[in-house]
Amino acid sequence: MLRVVDIWKSYEDLHVLKGVSFEIGEGEVKVIFGPSGSGKSTLLRCINMLNPPDKGEVYLRGQNITASEVNINAMRARIGMVFQHFNLFAHLKAIDNVSIGLRRVKGFPKEEAQAKALEVLQSVKMEKWADHYPAELSGGQQQRVGIARALAMDPDVILFDEPTSALDPELIGEVLQVMLDIAKAGTTMIVVTHEMGFAKAVASEMIFLGDGVIIESGTPEHFFVSPKSERVKNFLKQLDVLYGSHEKLLK
Amino acid sequence: MSDIPPLPEIIFYILRRGLYHSLLLTALGLSIGFILGLSLALMRVHGAKELAWFSSGYEKLFRGIPLIVLIYVFAFGLPDIFWYIDPLELRLGSVVLALSLRSAAYQSQIFRGAILSVTPGQTEAARSLGMKESQAFRHIVMPQALRLAVPSWSNEYAVVIKDSSFASTIGIIEMTQAAYFVSVNFQEIWALSYLILAILYLLFTYPITRIFGERQSKKLKKMGMGGG
Repeated sequence: MLRVVDIWKSYEDLHVLKGVSFEIGEGEVKVIFGPSGSGKSTLLRCINMLNPPDKGEVYLRGQNITASEVNINAMRARIGMVFQHFNLFAHLKAIDNVSIGLRRVKGFPKEEAQAKALEVLQSVKMEKWADHYPAELSGGQQQRVGIARALAMDPDVILFDEPTSALDPELIGEVLQVMLDIAKAGTTMIVVTHEMGFAKAVASEMIFLGDGVIIESGTPEHFFVSPKSERVKNFLKQLDVLYGSHEKLLK
Repeated sequence: MSDIPPLPEIIFYILRRGLYHSLLLTALGLSIGFILGLSLALMRVHGAKELAWFSSGYEKLFRGIPLIVLIYVFAFGLPDIFWYIDPLELRLGSVVLALSLRSAAYQSQIFRGAILSVTPGQTEAARSLGMKESQAFRHIVMPQALRLAVPSWSNEYAVVIKDSSFASTIGIIEMTQAAYFVSVNFQEIWALSYLILAILYLLFTYPITRIFGERQSKKLKKMGMGGG
């Protein structure tokens, strides 16, 4: 459904991505992990062209969205994004954060957009907070609204850029639960995260990114039972030490 | 020399004779300055290189000229060009022009700062929903920038209403000129008439800067706008 072909990206002398390719099918969840600076966030930003790649192509349902003649705005409307720091629109209430894309991009009439936004807020259990501004919400609640904002557009795929890494530990569970729910409901997701419990639960494939290339990829079983490279083994060991396991938070 | 009038009468006199022009000059100066200032800020932030240069040059020029010089240039220069316009209207126009051209330079800075202090993540999120650059600016950046500009803008209001007093130098009867009349007619209380004038200006500025300046600043901070 989404195919990433040989993505290269550098900032001046810094080569962030050096030929990354992968493919994700309908309803699949792909988890991308790896050390910081390995290019994970940059990869997501190349996929939705927030930072267009220097070289390489991204195909969404067969259409090359990196081509210059493509209307990238229309494409981005089909690729949701959830940000590490939520990036909710600070001047808008939760419900308007969710409905503004429907109104301004998809041209929904106001009533219809609000009704749909409320529905989506319900799915992330935030309907009671619909009339609150982002600053009145906890980090976990803000991120759930962020997920609702992406979901409301009915995108083909949603990109998650370290959605829980800016959250206090006690707030991570509620966000992961929402992500699990929508994954199980068949949402196609590419998730940059170090939450291995989440990966284990729903990832169809995991990708370990290091120094701008895919070092290793495979199923969660592969990674947790018999990872091949030393780097991956060491990294997973470090994660255990640092994060422990959040599996207990996942029902 | 006539009898000294009671205090309320002095206050009423200053307001009756002067308030209209003081407020008119302030309102026109601020609103024309708003339109020009916002345009200059947009040129500076999003315009082509030439427009940004123009905007930057404009700011430097009009922040560097004393207001009174601008007023004199327009008040003495315009009648030669617009001899068919009523002299009083032309004098009012000169002050409005001077106030608004200078205020535009300061308001441009206010709006530029406000636009730039909307965090880039807001635009990114808007673009990620599929909004065009212009939509992201109009629906996400501008509404926040205008709110962020309110505290500085209320300060600019205080500057302009006080500087509208320069109109008295070319014979426009606004509050300062009215107080001057009181002071020359009742010389025993010349100091009192200016004290009253000062308090009137204070009453027209302090509550507004208090409400729109300090309170709004706190509110914006609470809403998490402006990135810190």
